[in-house]
Amino acid sequence: MTRLSMVYITLYYIAFAIFLGGFLFKIWRFAKTPAPLVIVGTPGAKSGVGTALRVASDALLFRSLFRGNKWIWVGAYCFHFGLLFLIFRHLRYFVWPLPMWYSRVEQLVGITGGLMVVIGIGWLLGRRFFHARTRYISAFSDYFVLFLLLAIAGTGLLIKFSVRTDIIAVKTFMLGLARLHPQPAPADPWFLLHFSLVLVLLVYFPFSKLMHAGGVFFSPTRNQIDWTRSTERNGGTSLPSRTRSLRRSARG
Amino acid sequence: MADIVTPKLDGKIRIPLMEEGATSHYHTLESSPKLNEALGYPGELVENWQEKAIEKFREVLDTNKALRVFMDICVKCGSCTDKCHYFIGTHDSRNMPVARQDLMRKVYRRYFTLGGKLFPKLVGASDFTKEVLDEWYTYFHQCSQCRRCSVFCPYGIDTAEISMAARLIMSHIGLSSKYSNEIIAKVYNTGNNLGIPAPALAGTMEFLEEEVKDATGVDVRYPMDEKGADVLLIAPSADFFSAPHVDSLIGYGKVFHEAGISWTVSSYASEFANFGMFVGDFHVMRKIAQRIKDAAREFGVKRIVVGECGHAWRVGHSFWNTLVGPWDFLDQRYPVPQHICEFSLDLIQRGGLKLDKSANDARIVTFHDSCNVARASSMGGYEGGQFEVPRELIRATCNNFVEMAEDTIKEKTYCCGGGGGLLTDDLMELRIRGVLPRAEALHAVMESHGVNYLALICAICKAQFTKVLPYYNIPMEVVGGIHQLVGDAIVLGGAKHEV
Ligand code: HEM
Ligand code: SF4
Ligand code: SF4
Ligand code: SF4
Repeated sequence: MTRLSMVYITLYYIAFAIFLGGFLFKIWRFAKTPAPLVIVGTPGAKSGVGTALRVASDALLFRSLFRGNKWIWVGAYCFHFGLLFLIFRHLRYFVWPLPMWYSRVEQLVGITGGLMVVIGIGWLLGRRFFHARTRYISAFSDYFVLFLLLAIAGTGLLIKFSVRTDIIAVKTFMLGLARLHPQPAPADPWFLLHFSLVLVLLVYFPFSKLMHAGGVFFSPTRNQIDWTRSTERNGGTSLPSRTRSLRRSARG
Repeated sequence: MADIVTPKLDGKIRIPLMEEGATSHYHTLESSPKLNEALGYPGELVENWQEKAIEKFREVLDTNKALRVFMDICVKCGSCTDKCHYFIGTHDSRNMPVARQDLMRKVYRRYFTLGGKLFPKLVGASDFTKEVLDEWYTYFHQCSQCRRCSVFCPYGIDTAEISMAARLIMSHIGLSSKYSNEIIAKVYNTGNNLGIPAPALAGTMEFLEEEVKDATGVDVRYPMDEKGADVLLIAPSADFFSAPHVDSLIGYGKVFHEAGISWTVSSYASEFANFGMFVGDFHVMRKIAQRIKDAAREFGVKRIVVGECGHAWRVGHSFWNTLVGPWDFLDQRYPVPQHICEFSLDLIQRGGLKLDKSANDARIVTFHDSCNVARASSMGGYEGGQFEVPRELIRATCNNFVEMAEDTIKEKTYCCGGGGGLLTDDLMELRIRGVLPRAEALHAVMESHGVNYLALICAICKAQFTKVLPYYNIPMEVVGGIHQLVGDAIVLGGAKHEV
């Protein structure tokens, strides 16, 4: 195996470990942090099922965003569902064999997804540049992640349509990684660029606002049940005690 | 009147262009050392305040899921940027909800995230400097914790939670607002926010009995400290001493009279409002709520009914159970607490109130959904009941009811501009500017339908509107409570029945 392959294989596992470990750590921390008081945004559902539907409508339909701003919603929806399509389209690099219907739709789904992502990001990026209030609240990192994703989608489309990489080699390499049985990396520079950018995204993910992908399920204003006056909850939770730091600072 | 130029109303709510620092000089008075210490906080800014603040920040992050999640997941989409009444009214870019949050988030990123530790500039992180602390104090006291921004955020990020946490952290290093602390100290000492001593309270209640007798010829009781009553009424103390609040109190008394139910107020727990919420300290909140529980136990009442107050309804409805529950010594057939609107509507629906709607015929009524009722609690035991119960009550007692524009009511209601511990003279300019969107919506229905009565269910809303609407040439006389309407429509002795 070439040195290049060794480097990429190592980087892949490191990046993947950081992503998985970081993501799970953050989720675990979201989950374990207590929510001492019920602060659900009302009107809120009075039952668990209703609350699940509420969270689902935000995760799947971006319902609150829709109510807040249709222009952002259009770009966001286009981008995220494009992303979902692309993830679907990349399944063949992680799982094999796949059912027959998969290969029938993957091309279409992949191309649509790629275009949706590029258009969606273009839209959101445009807003960030030209819409005064959005520009005001943006930091470098907000542009960075959009450019990164754009670059990933762009190199992906390039490989697909223009420079044409050796798909069989890519698949062998990727499945090898997934099966913990590494194979040589394809030497095509466009593929390696695309792949490297994805590794950057993986590492960046848990440390950034991209954690909204998990956090959306933990927002107390959405995922709590409005049942505070029901007798089941009578005295049901307890508060943390007045803490040491308070007593200390009160003295000092 | 303060010398403030207000825009001429035309019924349209406009999103302004940003003006950096337009309100950076609004600085609510700081609490005195004595007052701070009385509440258990350091008297003045501690020497190592930065270190202490970060320590407290860490603790809040570890104990408050909302803050933990909200600090991490904002994507800066911008959906909230045009939703805050203070931004609309003041134009200050820092009053855009996400920009307000970012004052806290930039400190969070610097001290608690890898990106912020390594590349502060790139992720918008900043050291916790004195300037940043000043910004915190300034702009976290320009948030009325109304939660309007949260409704439109894809993740429900609630700036109210963030400003509460910021105020809590500041209190713990010796920096807090005089207004809120003064009020909390008064509740601790006298049982109510206004510092009314028991004899004065008793005087008011007697006076009300005479008033109602003079006006109606009927002996309606306004009892205080009567052990063994069925109902303990907990009203915001403004109901005892301010106009137009007191007219609602008169209304509650008439409702109880007609229900044939014995009731009492308590001089020990003569306050429904709970400013512990505004300062983000649930130990304060609990201490204030505990007085009510103690009074209820002492009097041996069966149920607790509460008066018209927005944030206090949130505390009662959403927090009491957690703070001071269980309430198992009360009659479990009734919700704890029960809102006076729920009580009255239920009575009406069971035929227990005889109403003469024509008594309110001179009034063309519109209703302002108080934000803490609309977005932080419910009524009637069903989803959205907090919108329907007050409206049904108005429709049952008035012939003329008009809604304001759809984008300004119910879940999307605009705050009155005086909530969240900002109802103080030293923030007068903020309050006047903050009412703008509500004033526009009100103006629109005054023009189109001749509305002359703004029905409210919040003591702070009432005080705020009477004070600031005149700056927009809307007379303070339009402001009133729902139970003023109910009280005026009740035909005393009209419905005889068993409860
Ligand atoms: C449960 C899954 C997810 C949900 C519910 C979700 C939802 C949202 C919503 C509602 C927005 C705000 C609208 C916008 O500005 O686009 C947003 C923004 C964003 N999301 Fe997601 N997302 C998810 C997963 C992801 C993933 C996996 C990525 C990237 C790998 C991602 C990348 C982004 C980016 C970059 C933005 C900011 C867009 C901008 O700059 O305007 N999201 N997301
Ligand atoms: S909670 Fe209300 S006052 Fe505070 S930022 Fe949000 S909209 Fe503005
Ligand atoms: S709407 Fe929510 S996610 Fe979007 S900028 Fe505002 S706080 Fe951040
Ligand atoms: S005073 Fe009224 S409108 Fe304003 S914050 Fe409170 S409930 Fe909301």
